[in-house]
Amino acid sequence: MNNEANCTACETLGTPEQEAQLKAVIEQSKATPGCLMHILQEAQGIYGYLPMQVQKTIAEGLGMPLSEVYGVVTFYSQFSLTPKGKNRISVCLGTACYVKGSDKILEECEKQLGIKCGECTEDGLFSIDSCRCVGACGLAPVMMIGEEVYGKLTPGNVKAILDSYREESK
Amino acid sequence: MVNLKINNIPVTVPEGTTILEAARIAHVEIPTLCYLKDVACVGSCRMCLVEATGARGLVAACVYPVTEGMEVQTNTPKCRKSRKTSLELLLSKHKKKCLSCERNHNCELQRLSAEYNADEDYFEGEPFDKPLDTSAPYVVRDQDKCINCNRCVAACQKQSVGAIGPIGRGYNVHVGSAFEMPLMESVCVGCGQCIVACPVGALKERTTVDDVWDAIANPEKKVVFFTAPSVRATLGEAFDMPVGTNVEGKMVAAIRRLGNVEVFNMDVTADLTIMEEATELLARIQNGGTMPMFTSCCPGWVKFVEQKYPEFIPNLSTCKSPQEMFGALLKTYYCEKNGIDPANLYVVSIIPCTAKKYECTRPEMGGEVDTALTTRELARMIKTAGIKFTELPDEEFDNPFATATGGGAIFGATGGVMEAALRVAAKALDGNFEIVDFPEVRGTSPIKEATYNVAGNTVRVAVASGLANAEEILESIKAGTRNYDFVEIMACPGGCVNGGGQPTLPDSIRNTANLKELRANALYKSDKDNTLRSSDKSPVVEVLYNEYFGAPNSHKAHEILHTHYTADKRI
Repeated sequence: MNNEANCTACETLGTPEQEAQLKAVIEQSKATPGCLMHILQEAQGIYGYLPMQVQKTIAEGLGMPLSEVYGVVTFYSQFSLTPKGKNRISVCLGTACYVKGSDKILEECEKQLGIKCGECTEDGLFSIDSCRCVGACGLAPVMMIGEEVYGKLTPGNVKAILDSYREESK
Repeated sequence: MVNLKINNIPVTVPEGTTILEAARIAHVEIPTLCYLKDVACVGSCRMCLVEATGARGLVAACVYPVTEGMEVQTNTPKCRKSRKTSLELLLSKHKKKCLSCERNHNCELQRLSAEYNADEDYFEGEPFDKPLDTSAPYVVRDQDKCINCNRCVAACQKQSVGAIGPIGRGYNVHVGSAFEMPLMESVCVGCGQCIVACPVGALKERTTVDDVWDAIANPEKKVVFFTAPSVRATLGEAFDMPVGTNVEGKMVAAIRRLGNVEVFNMDVTADLTIMEEATELLARIQNGGTMPMFTSCCPGWVKFVEQKYPEFIPNLSTCKSPQEMFGALLKTYYCEKNGIDPANLYVVSIIPCTAKKYECTRPEMGGEVDTALTTRELARMIKTAGIKFTELPDEEFDNPFATATGGGAIFGATGGVMEAALRVAAKALDGNFEIVDFPEVRGTSPIKEATYNVAGNTVRVAVASGLANAEEILESIKAGTRNYDFVEIMACPGGCVNGGGQPTLPDSIRNTANLKELRANALYKSDKDNTLRSSDKSPVVEVLYNEYFGAPNSHKAHEILHTHYTADKRI
């Protein structure tokens, strides 16, 4: 993770609507013991990821050290410290997909988009993550873009799929 | 009560006792790494695994409660093999740079590895390439030496600071501050409780021993040392003397043998602090100043207020700490009196504290103390110099800063500053007041409260040590549920005697002895034995006011002995 880039991107709490939503979530949940996970999930829903300022707001709201919030965020792979793209690519590296060569699919995505797994393209159109099994092993190797599942992939057909999203956004 | 057998030895213990505690009663030691009495007990390191009837597999003795009729075996082949493997796995992730490590011969991992004949190369780990965190002037973090026992995290959370915590998951889990920010930018206050909690060399003070050696070797420099009240109560531990031995005389003799240096007594400026602080308190009471007034001698506490509770800054006494008062006094009064250019005077403070290493770098302090060394660093210098500490004669501090009162001596223990201040303030309010002992504010309880009636005035006081207890007091003052006139806070639990710069004792001692009490007793005995008990009786302080400052809180005293604070709110 690039800390510097991450920190410059997180000086604010986003739009006034986002900030109001976040504060409302904290206010509603803070009396419930063990509410941190719920708040983090909601916050990620609002912002798409969990930048420093958002985590600081949660830590202050719950009267808990920032290090503890950050510890939970980095423990669970569902939480992200980096912004996600409009189209979130998730390449399955589960056993079945992996033996069918999904690592090559991931590599191809990285090559096509010029970013690494866990990162987001500069135009914000795509981000790449890996996951473990989407329950479609019969279609291995599999990747998801948003809610859409793409199966029986080869490195050769990745570009065409990505291009279709590029077209769509024009 | 519960009856059980440990290695066939029958013991009877109260319900809820853990196997580890019960074993101690049977004189059986079970090895631990992540466990530290009063600080951490999570059962994660797996060193204390034992066999117990009724349990499936091996159980962690530090967290497993005893049951009636239980039979525990702590030294079976299965236990030994498991512990050895745990050690070898830990060693694969531990940078084994032992010879130059501060904790060489004083490392819990090293000791256990030797006892279990663990092979440090049995498992190959990843390369050791993580950078040191040297951002703070008081601590160095070496992640490559960390064994993830999380004792530092527990110590930091117990202080209600929470600057560090576990980050990540699985093999990549490590201890660090949020967003991996340098410690100096985090909410860390520099108390150093993490350092004394660390079983290995992953945390240590940022040493300036070499700067001091350079100054001693420099013919242009005049080098003066002064030692904080609590150092004499702990330095002996670094030379295998029993906890609670007062080594004042040997400490002075040892420092004198480091080179051509003068050795002064910081109890002197503890007395001076009391004169200034008690006067400030009375002025606040009489002039309707911000109340309650908080003591300001502890730099970890001051940093905590600046970062977490800046709204309480007006409550902090404006008095500099005894360390900074001494630095200021030396660079002004002492230099003027002896015709020394302050630029050529090198001032070394010996303190039980890591936050004081930071304090002397604060711009408000003007570099009056050139450097501060912990008790541990002083011990290292004495060893380097080949001084046979235990064989030294007892010697006296150098004049003019040799004589101090018992009030100055007890500054090193929780409640000591309060008691010393009460002695002076009570006498100032009522000329006939002769009591010097205030047992209500003594002892290692986390929070102590008392109310005194002196000459028609009611003075409500509170004493807290450990920042979590300080926080409790601040929150209740905010909520209006507690009201005081004067509050003493020391960041470290038990006060400076248990400071982050004190000798790191093995867990076998820390888990059984009450360090806070034993060390504090040495100071209270020194107070009791002193013919001068109250700081206003100090002949040195009298000379200072007569010759230089005029009176407590005079204009000159304010210029030289007082300071200000800056809000620096952090999350």
